[in-house]
Amino acid sequence: MFPSRFDYKSPTSLEEAISLLAANEDAKVLAGGQSLIPMMKLRFAAPAVLVDINNIPGLDGHGAQSDGSYRIGALVRHADLEKSSTLGDHQPTIAAAAPLVADPIVRTRGTFVGSVCHADPQGDWASCMVALGGSIVAQGPNGRRTIAVDEFVSGPFQTVLAADEIAVEAVIPPASGTRKGGYLKLERRVGDFATAGVALSLEMSGSTVAKAGIGLTGVGSSTISATEASAVLVGSSLDDATIAAAAEAAAAATSPRSDHRGSADYKRHIVATFVRRLLAQHQPVEAKVA
Amino acid sequence: MALDEIKIGGLGASRKRVEDNRFIRGKGNYVDDVVLPGMLHMEILRSPLAHARIKSIDVSGAWAIPGVRLVLTGEMMAARNLAWMPTLSYDTQAVLATDKVRFQGQEVACVIADDPYIAKDGCEAIVVDYEPLPPIVNPVQAMAPDAPLIRDDKVNQVDNKIFDWEVGDKDGTDRAFADADVVSEIEMHYPRSHPSPIEACGSIADFDRSTSKLTVYMTTQAPHIIRAAVSLVAEIPEHMIRIISPDLGGGFGNKVPVYPGYVASILASILTERPVKWIEDKSGNLISTGFGRDVYLKGQLAMRNDGKILGVRMHTDSDHGAFFSDAQPSKFKIGLMHSAFACYDIPNAHLTATGVYTNKAPGGVAYRCSFRVTEAMYFQERMIQAAADDLGMDQAEFRRVNLVRDDDFPHRTPFGFLTDSGQYEKCLDIGLEAVGYADFKQEQEEARKRGRLLGIGISTMTEPLGAGNSREYDILGIKMFDSAELRVHMTGKAILRTGAKTQGQGHETTWAQIVAHELGIPADDIVVEEGDTDTAPFGMGTYASRSTPVAGAAVAMVSRKIRAKARKIAAHLLEVSEEDVEWELGRFYVRGAQDRGVSIQECAMAAYSNVPDGLEPGLENNAYYDPPNLTWPFACYIAKVEVDPETGVWDVLKMVAVDDCGVRINPMIVEGQIMGGLTEAYAMANMQFITFDEDGNCIGSNYMDYLLPTAWETPGFELHEVVTPCPHHPIGAKGIGECATVGGPAAFVNAVMDALKHTGVRNIDMPLLPDRVYGALMTGNDISGMPPVKTEA
Ligand SMILES: Cc1cc2nc3c(=O)[nH]c(=O)nc-3n(C[C@H](O)[C@H](O)[C@H](O)COP(=O)(O)OP(=O)(O)OC[C@H]3O[C@@H](n4cnc5c(N)ncnc54)[C@H](O)[C@@H]3O)c2cc1C
Repeated sequence: MFPSRFDYKSPTSLEEAISLLAANEDAKVLAGGQSLIPMMKLRFAAPAVLVDINNIPGLDGHGAQSDGSYRIGALVRHADLEKSSTLGDHQPTIAAAAPLVADPIVRTRGTFVGSVCHADPQGDWASCMVALGGSIVAQGPNGRRTIAVDEFVSGPFQTVLAADEIAVEAVIPPASGTRKGGYLKLERRVGDFATAGVALSLEMSGSTVAKAGIGLTGVGSSTISATEASAVLVGSSLDDATIAAAAEAAAAATSPRSDHRGSADYKRHIVATFVRRLLAQHQPVEAKVA
Repeated sequence: MALDEIKIGGLGASRKRVEDNRFIRGKGNYVDDVVLPGMLHMEILRSPLAHARIKSIDVSGAWAIPGVRLVLTGEMMAARNLAWMPTLSYDTQAVLATDKVRFQGQEVACVIADDPYIAKDGCEAIVVDYEPLPPIVNPVQAMAPDAPLIRDDKVNQVDNKIFDWEVGDKDGTDRAFADADVVSEIEMHYPRSHPSPIEACGSIADFDRSTSKLTVYMTTQAPHIIRAAVSLVAEIPEHMIRIISPDLGGGFGNKVPVYPGYVASILASILTERPVKWIEDKSGNLISTGFGRDVYLKGQLAMRNDGKILGVRMHTDSDHGAFFSDAQPSKFKIGLMHSAFACYDIPNAHLTATGVYTNKAPGGVAYRCSFRVTEAMYFQERMIQAAADDLGMDQAEFRRVNLVRDDDFPHRTPFGFLTDSGQYEKCLDIGLEAVGYADFKQEQEEARKRGRLLGIGISTMTEPLGAGNSREYDILGIKMFDSAELRVHMTGKAILRTGAKTQGQGHETTWAQIVAHELGIPADDIVVEEGDTDTAPFGMGTYASRSTPVAGAAVAMVSRKIRAKARKIAAHLLEVSEEDVEWELGRFYVRGAQDRGVSIQECAMAAYSNVPDGLEPGLENNAYYDPPNLTWPFACYIAKVEVDPETGVWDVLKMVAVDDCGVRINPMIVEGQIMGGLTEAYAMANMQFITFDEDGNCIGSNYMDYLLPTAWETPGFELHEVVTPCPHHPIGAKGIGECATVGGPAAFVNAVMDALKHTGVRNIDMPLLPDRVYGALMTGNDISGMPPVKTEA
């Protein structure tokens, strides 16, 4: 597999990288390369210039901030998240998804932010971001701006990033209660993209749901935010009837297509099943008995 | 004193594989590692469409790119009578398309350039104007009355049928069905898959005009057959062709056929007078080279109420793609499909087979199996399970009633093969014990009450491995035997060459063990070389588990010839007559005086320094071996699974394998072969298939779509062994490389079907993807003979 000819630049500061993007038409940011390089080898993508951001210092950290938000730098790899000993305490949804993204080899290179920038409707991270109401911080020639993920992803494989902007980090806002959540993915084999995936985020006030978010992977032409399903959950204590209603609402929010991974009906059914399974994990003991 | 056979790495030693020394150090020498001075690089432009007329090809854009040295099209090939080549099944195959493209991925043009990047740029710059034609993607479409004719290039071809073939006794079978208490019927599809060796195909052709010699480094499992084929196709004298098959990164049948890329690289080298390297990419390999399977079955079993099977009927419809280029013995159009039911005592059987052309890649190869034996055994064991269920009989008991008994050998199989040995029931018993069959029914019952679905699936089979004998087996008329040549040097070290070609099986290790067993020369003192037609003796190559049964037997036989000569030398050295010389491992001694002896190494030295009068000097020989029969290993595979009723996902809880491959030369390698085979069996059952949408687009052209299981999801396997030596093989060995791939899939599928039995579902076609299992569970309907997957826009 031989890509088309391209130029390769390896800047060591964000400013330099941004000016390279501005100066070169048809330039692309190279992060983990786990989506871009395969596309180039298949000649689906043929950027004239690659701007490799891997040598820019300061982009590889992730952690909880004093304001309660959680930040993930542009060079944080899937494996950094998977292996983190503290992530689960703050971000159970992300911690649950990390070992399910791609395969162990891809995870050592691919980045969280790069995945969101790639905007693949089958990307697992965008669903987590949607469920958690996260944003992307982008830096361009005129400084930084923060873009909510629903606006950031403008379509399949499309974002609102300008050609000379770099996504420098992802931000997950503070929780308004106790944070709970999880991620379930049906894949045929490790490294397979999701037949269907469900990201769940709950912010609990006691045994009541204060805030909820559900992101769906692989069941539409872009990442889906199941807002009605989330709305059903808010104010409830996750009783069986609420769980059933949320599962149904989430399935209704999908628009999957039939393909070799499964029929549209099957994918819808999996979404409902996974929503139910995830919520059952967080059902307070009282609700289970009731 | 006699040597300790295990210590010298003889028979039964789990000797570490000597080839791994270089492989694990990254020092293997594959075709792509070979770099010749002045070498050019070739890339192939492939058809994006499954069926289309070529209106025009404009290659001027490619020629305009600096570094492009040659552009080949079908028209240029045709001018040299090379646009079409013969296949291994008496058909023709396009080298580069001239009139039409007949499958997606078909070779349309080649660009030869200074480096592969430029060659690829050149391919992109070629403009082909296609007029799309309706594509045909399955046998039903192919045989429809108004179906477009795929092979309009062939005179007298009026429809898309390739052959009708039959075997067995129709009348006897009809009578058996008339007498039956119960008839069980089932239909299914064994889906198309691809062997997908880790190394794709490739060649480096190097034509030297000054010597007129053509040297080709090639990824081939059968270098001598290729030499003959190239000689015939390219009209180059056979002695002027040298095929070198260096280290191979797997073959699995995929590297048996002749591919257009090989032929094009040869012509390119002749025209440019420079070495031309072609290295296929993985997608090219998956979409254009020899696939496996793709057969539909209608099967019927006639039975008495007590479970005795009276007769078998099978009809297969096989999809061969656009060119009939199956690699198989020429007598048998659907391979050894008629080896089905060989382990059962069934008096009557009849098989009819229809083969068709479709707009899919050609080349039904024996993907880790002996010519469609995989389909035969899968169909057999699925039919057996459905029949047991239809009778309401326990699946193990039903097998026990019908398996051939130990004292019934030699035994004529339902379709006329002769099996010679086995302990079938013993293998079954070991398997049942290991999986805990006795307690399973209750476990299954209790689990079902709690909403959990458990199932056990059994697969028992014997398969014919090691073609020939040469009376019945030939490829394009070339008889299927094999050879070995052994040269013992004066210091007692040796080099062994065979006409087989290892691709991961470990010949370099095991062949030396056979010599060690026969001659007492330590295995470490023997180097094994294969794959170079200028040095190796003639052989038919390695596939269909034939190496140990045929070439391995030749290794034993040539060693015995050497021993016979060494005996004469020993008699001379010991100053006794030959009749008074006795042999024990590694030495000759005087009968009655065991301490008076000479080692095989001393005999070797004498062969070059002290030869008795009248004896030729030297210690070299060769042997050609034509086996009297196939070898018949037996296997019993039992899987225990749990199906998630909410998702259709199934997990393997336990997998037990009992293999009887006769004498095990290197138990570690045998176990490796079984593990690998079971992994592929699991793959077939669970995920691995090549399918096409209704436009003929190949779904499975890369490893995101064509799923090979990784260590991550592959279940653990528990291995057991039974040893029934092969009665006719010199060291009692049988084939083993393919048993698990052949017999394994049915065990997994039968297990899932067992878990679903209460719903009335009798068949789900492989792979048992979660959505199929869930769909069958929901509806209670079989999922058989799937139409092409529809991909919505
Ligand atoms: C075998 C395999 C299996 C996979 N399986 C999965 C899976 O199951 N689930 C899943 O979610 N993903 C999967 N992926 C994709 C993987 O997660 C990628 O890592 C991810 O999609 C992209 O991240 P990256 O850092 O590799 O980005 P790159 O490939 O470097 O870039 C991807 C795109 O995003 C742009 N980009 C990247 N970073 C930035 C940035 N900071 N600012 C602006 N633009 C940027 C690039 O220009 C490019 O267009 C798989 C990949 C492979 C090869």
